[in-house]
Amino acid sequence: MADFAWTIPLWPLLGWLVLGLVGGRLPRRLVALIGCGTVALAFAAAVAARATFPGEPQERTLFTWIAAGAFSVDAGLLLDRLSIVMVLMVSGVGLLIHIYSVGYMAEDRAYSRYFAYLNLFMASMLLLVMGRSLLVLFVGWELVGLCSYLLIGFWFDRERAANSGRKAFVVNRIGDAAFLIGVLLLWTSLGTLDLRAIGAQAATLGPPVMVTASLLLFTGATGKSAQLPLYTWLPDAMEGPTPVSALIHAATMVTAGVYMIARLFPLFTHPVTVVVVSTVGALTAFFAATIALVEWDMKRVMAYSTISQLGYMFLAVGVLAPAAGIFHLTTHAFFKALLFLAAGSVMHAMHNVIDMHVLGGLARPLRYTAGAFIIGGLALAGIPPFSGFFSKDLILERAWEHAVGGGSPVPFILGLVTALVTAVYITRAARYAFFDQPHRESHPHEAPPVMLWPMVLLALLTVAGGLLGAQRIGAPLLEFLAPQFAAAAPHEAAPGLFVPVLSILAGVAGVAIGWLGYRDRRDPDLGWVARLFSRHWYLLDLYDGVLVPAAKRVAVLLAGPVDLGVIDRAVNGIGALAAGGARGLRRLQTGYVRQYAAIILVGTILLMAYWATR
Amino acid sequence: MVPLPAYLVLGALLFSLGMIGVLVRRNALIVFMSIELMLNSVNLTFVALSRHLGSMDGQLAVFFTIVVAGVEVVVGLAIIVEIFRSRATVNLDDVDLLRG
Repeated sequence: MADFAWTIPLWPLLGWLVLGLVGGRLPRRLVALIGCGTVALAFAAAVAARATFPGEPQERTLFTWIAAGAFSVDAGLLLDRLSIVMVLMVSGVGLLIHIYSVGYMAEDRAYSRYFAYLNLFMASMLLLVMGRSLLVLFVGWELVGLCSYLLIGFWFDRERAANSGRKAFVVNRIGDAAFLIGVLLLWTSLGTLDLRAIGAQAATLGPPVMVTASLLLFTGATGKSAQLPLYTWLPDAMEGPTPVSALIHAATMVTAGVYMIARLFPLFTHPVTVVVVSTVGALTAFFAATIALVEWDMKRVMAYSTISQLGYMFLAVGVLAPAAGIFHLTTHAFFKALLFLAAGSVMHAMHNVIDMHVLGGLARPLRYTAGAFIIGGLALAGIPPFSGFFSKDLILERAWEHAVGGGSPVPFILGLVTALVTAVYITRAARYAFFDQPHRESHPHEAPPVMLWPMVLLALLTVAGGLLGAQRIGAPLLEFLAPQFAAAAPHEAAPGLFVPVLSILAGVAGVAIGWLGYRDRRDPDLGWVARLFSRHWYLLDLYDGVLVPAAKRVAVLLAGPVDLGVIDRAVNGIGALAAGGARGLRRLQTGYVRQYAAIILVGTILLMAYWATR
Repeated sequence: MVPLPAYLVLGALLFSLGMIGVLVRRNALIVFMSIELMLNSVNLTFVALSRHLGSMDGQLAVFFTIVVAGVEVVVGLAIIVEIFRSRATVNLDDVDLLRG
């Protein structure tokens, strides 16, 4: 393994240091060069890692981080098949989005702060996927959460952006608490936090511990990856700059939960865990897709779509097909980043207007953007030969085998229905924004080349990405990952045509419904169903009407009577005790030398009397 | 031959005189002289006991006391001179910067 390969997370970290410390004084071109150049170096190191990968997992220890008795954690890196796929995807897509940002953020005042945050995010994400111990992974996990918060609230002078950042942080905290408990449970029962050791020894755990630990970690994943019931922060995260939405809230960070489960895959093989993970994934996929159907903000459509596609990935790892999940993770990174960049290009052209009520007819003035959006949309809808078809179809095939093999049929059925709904909502969005007659006269201008080229490259990847997993040509990505998931569910070598045909039918039918049923920016009247969808199946009423007010009341109680009344009083009381005691004692210090001498005399006499009478 | 108790009683009297001087006088120089009196009363006791016990240890201690007292005079007088320069007084009760 080339030494260069181990420097992957180092470069963006350096970029963050330089930009964070002196970025404000550097010219913009240099800031852009440092921001993109460090990520390009990380990508080059990732390519070197793939090129020199010997086949066996490679480890490297940087230093002993914690050594406390039996508890010892090394800060170490791990490069195996799974992390190589992840670093290639993260640094590659990240590089394209960094370049796009050079154009998108060109007018922004806080140019260097933006690139500093973005570089810090890249370093954290690469650390997350390269960490050798669960604790290092957790450090990366929390750091990407921090970067997410910083970048959602990047325009913190807008109240909504600042609130959305806070919301993301708080909701993630709920999941992270469960995650941390899971980590501690694994430590107490296995005595190690090394990721490979956990994978190897997972089978020795008793079923209660195994199910509890896996579900605790999964709860953490539902926060980070915006699954039911902790999905609410992701739509609000769209307040951040659009490239951030593309990079963090579509392609990379939100997939960390899927990566974590694939990484600790043997831990998630207990039947109870299988049912929970696959059902939550399938329900989320369907649930979020229905919301996307009635959403009018184009970026929020993408956000619900991301939640839905992440649901597919959890469905895949749930039904013991982690390779399919990682494959979908990769193609989704391509086409969803492309869709977001296209949406960003629309915002750039329309002066930040993203409400589909007032968009329309953009296909002519924004030809490249429209082309990119349509390619990404077709991939999302699962139309062959675009990449999304292959990965989604593979997941559906695995879900079908799961159902036939005696598992629950719910993942397959919901997955298939969701494929239809997905095609409808993305066709609706494309039609409203790009094809229907414009609402009012406007003169949008196409994005500059620095924004178009990343879109072109992502479009190429979106078209060709399916080749990574197309089984008819040998599925290079799946073959590469196969040794990693030797314990995964075995499947028949020759897939039938039944599921692909159903999947294509669902996609085509969805596109047809979307094109014919929605026109002139008027949704067909769905009556109470539309209300059901737009209220998030009344989950919004549960959250906004019950849970959030209850939490606020608890917070008021804790802040007032408990914090001020008990804790602050205790602390202040201790302080007052010390101050009062000192006020009394200071009277001894009169400053009169003769008095000190008298006290010494008395003390000496007392001592001598004590010795004499003893 | 003067008996030993006479020396010890004299030493105790001198020590008490010095002690009272330290406690009741305010003039720093007088206090200083009183301290010297106390030191030398102890010296007298040392020497008397040394003679009585036939050991040289007491006389050794006396030499130490004399040397340290000399050093103390140097430092102490310098401090008193400095106090007088800055405050135009050597009254110990006026020097109470360390009052709490």
